[in-house]
Amino acid sequence: MEISKDLTAASSTPLVLAILAEEDSYGYAILQRVRELSEGRLEWTDGMLYPVLHRLGRLGYIEGRWEVAESGRRRKYYRITAQGRLHLDEQRRQWQAVDATLRGIWRTVGLPGPADFTMSTRPLPAGG
Amino acid sequence: MPTQDDARSLEEQIDQWRTYLRRRQAIHSVDVAELEDHLREQIAVLSDSGLDTDEAFLVAVKRMGDLDALSREFAREHSDRLWKQLVLVSSDSGESRAHAQTEAVVVLCLAVAAAALIKVPALFGIQIGEDAGFYARNLSLFVLPLLTVYFIWKRRLDGRTIAWLGAGFVAAALFANVYPFAPDGSTQTLTALHLPIALWVALVGVAYAGPRWRAPDGRMDFIRFSGELFIYYALIALGGGVLMGLTAMIFRAIGIDIEPVFESWVLPCGAVGAVVIASWLVEAKQSVVENMAPVLTRLFTPLFAAVLVMFVGTVVWTGRGVGIERDVLIAFDLLLVVVLALVLYAISARDQESPPGLFDVLQFVLVVSALAADALALWAIAARITDFGLAPNRVAALGMNVILLVNLARSAVLYLRFLRRRASFAALERWQTAYVPVYAVWATFVVIVFPPVFAYI
Repeated sequence: MEISKDLTAASSTPLVLAILAEEDSYGYAILQRVRELSEGRLEWTDGMLYPVLHRLGRLGYIEGRWEVAESGRRRKYYRITAQGRLHLDEQRRQWQAVDATLRGIWRTVGLPGPADFTMSTRPLPAGG
Repeated sequence: MPTQDDARSLEEQIDQWRTYLRRRQAIHSVDVAELEDHLREQIAVLSDSGLDTDEAFLVAVKRMGDLDALSREFAREHSDRLWKQLVLVSSDSGESRAHAQTEAVVVLCLAVAAAALIKVPALFGIQIGEDAGFYARNLSLFVLPLLTVYFIWKRRLDGRTIAWLGAGFVAAALFANVYPFAPDGSTQTLTALHLPIALWVALVGVAYAGPRWRAPDGRMDFIRFSGELFIYYALIALGGGVLMGLTAMIFRAIGIDIEPVFESWVLPCGAVGAVVIASWLVEAKQSVVENMAPVLTRLFTPLFAAVLVMFVGTVVWTGRGVGIERDVLIAFDLLLVVVLALVLYAISARDQESPPGLFDVLQFVLVVSALAADALALWAIAARITDFGLAPNRVAALGMNVILLVNLARSAVLYLRFLRRRASFAALERWQTAYVPVYAVWATFVVIVFPPVFAYI
């Protein structure tokens, strides 16, 4: 199952903010974490993460800083700001509201709910 | 197992990818560095999982996604980046930033020194309002030495060049001040007009281009620099004028007349300091922001060409002679200077390889019509050479006219050969850059020889 472009784009902000709320990170590691969490179902084009990071930076939700990684290369790390945490909270509430609404309607019309999509039953994608 | 050859070809491939990405205006070099770090990590992970370097590179680039789409995303995120900004001290950390900061400090110190220097004579009782002749003769000496110091610092010139530059300025100061000029005389005006030209080309030019002064491209860079400096200086002067006008108005509102302060302090100090500042801006911007002089050239070449063709046509049609009143030669000199500038800045921005086009035809028409207009003026003067008289400023104007005429006549020949595809465009560029010292030689000649020959009148 591939998740549609619109949903991928819409979920990118809370996902990136939440990953950065776990710990400071950099582009490649953020993408790895997304793959891990979604078990490969959220497929991002690598490059497109960076405009998203820039947008979040401009809005003041995250901050970037250059550091020298253990590989010896300069690497840009990102950190979530206090404002970013507030926004993440706000986003979480919105997504929960959407989720609750959908769960309600799935139940009413008798379609299977999220319990049938447990992550563990999904095979891990190759190369992820 | 990656071998050394693999590693080298990978570096080359990453180099190419980076160069390709850097051409995108919306993606800045720090973003490229970030994306490169990503690419390298991806390649490393893929290599570890068994792919060879070439394959790993291709897969990593593919995963990065379509660069056009990425560039568009960046542009949407940073629409301001499509407007090139002049950043004097970049926000990057590291050596380049430290160097840019040092340069800013050096430039500010030199600008302040120039502003202070022009007030030094006032300490010895030589006031700007009262001794205008002194200031007119020496104006270039208050600022150009400091500008030269900037280039000596920036280009790390060797001792011999510095000695030549120093000797040049000392000689200039001597010739500007030892002659017993008659007050308000024409030889004094000629010195005031020609000394800056001589110093600009022979000393600032040498300091700017350094060892490249002997090469055509070094001189062409100096010509480009001069044009941009002129435009930046005009813009700064405009801003300064607005600032002074507003200041005068708000101070008048509280009953204080601030104009004397302007005349003796703000205007002279600002005018000399701005030369150094404008030079710094042009140096900083040269590779970042498009050159403006060639743009203006493209705009005005057709207009000037049309005006000149109409002028020559009108003279021929109506049979009117060109009058030889006092300033007629100066007017035609200025015309030739403008035409020469249009030719120079068109050359400075032209791709030498491209074939002749409509714009080259226009340039040719411009040069030929300017030559025709000037020939009409010279013919009128030659016909009545006795009425014309040999006052120093007329001789100087005539000399300048001849120099410009020779340059443009040869340029017209070279343009024609180029348009008929008998010669390359490079010949025209070489001719123009080779001619640059002629202006300095003539200006120096006027400064040194004219005052004694014409008895300092």
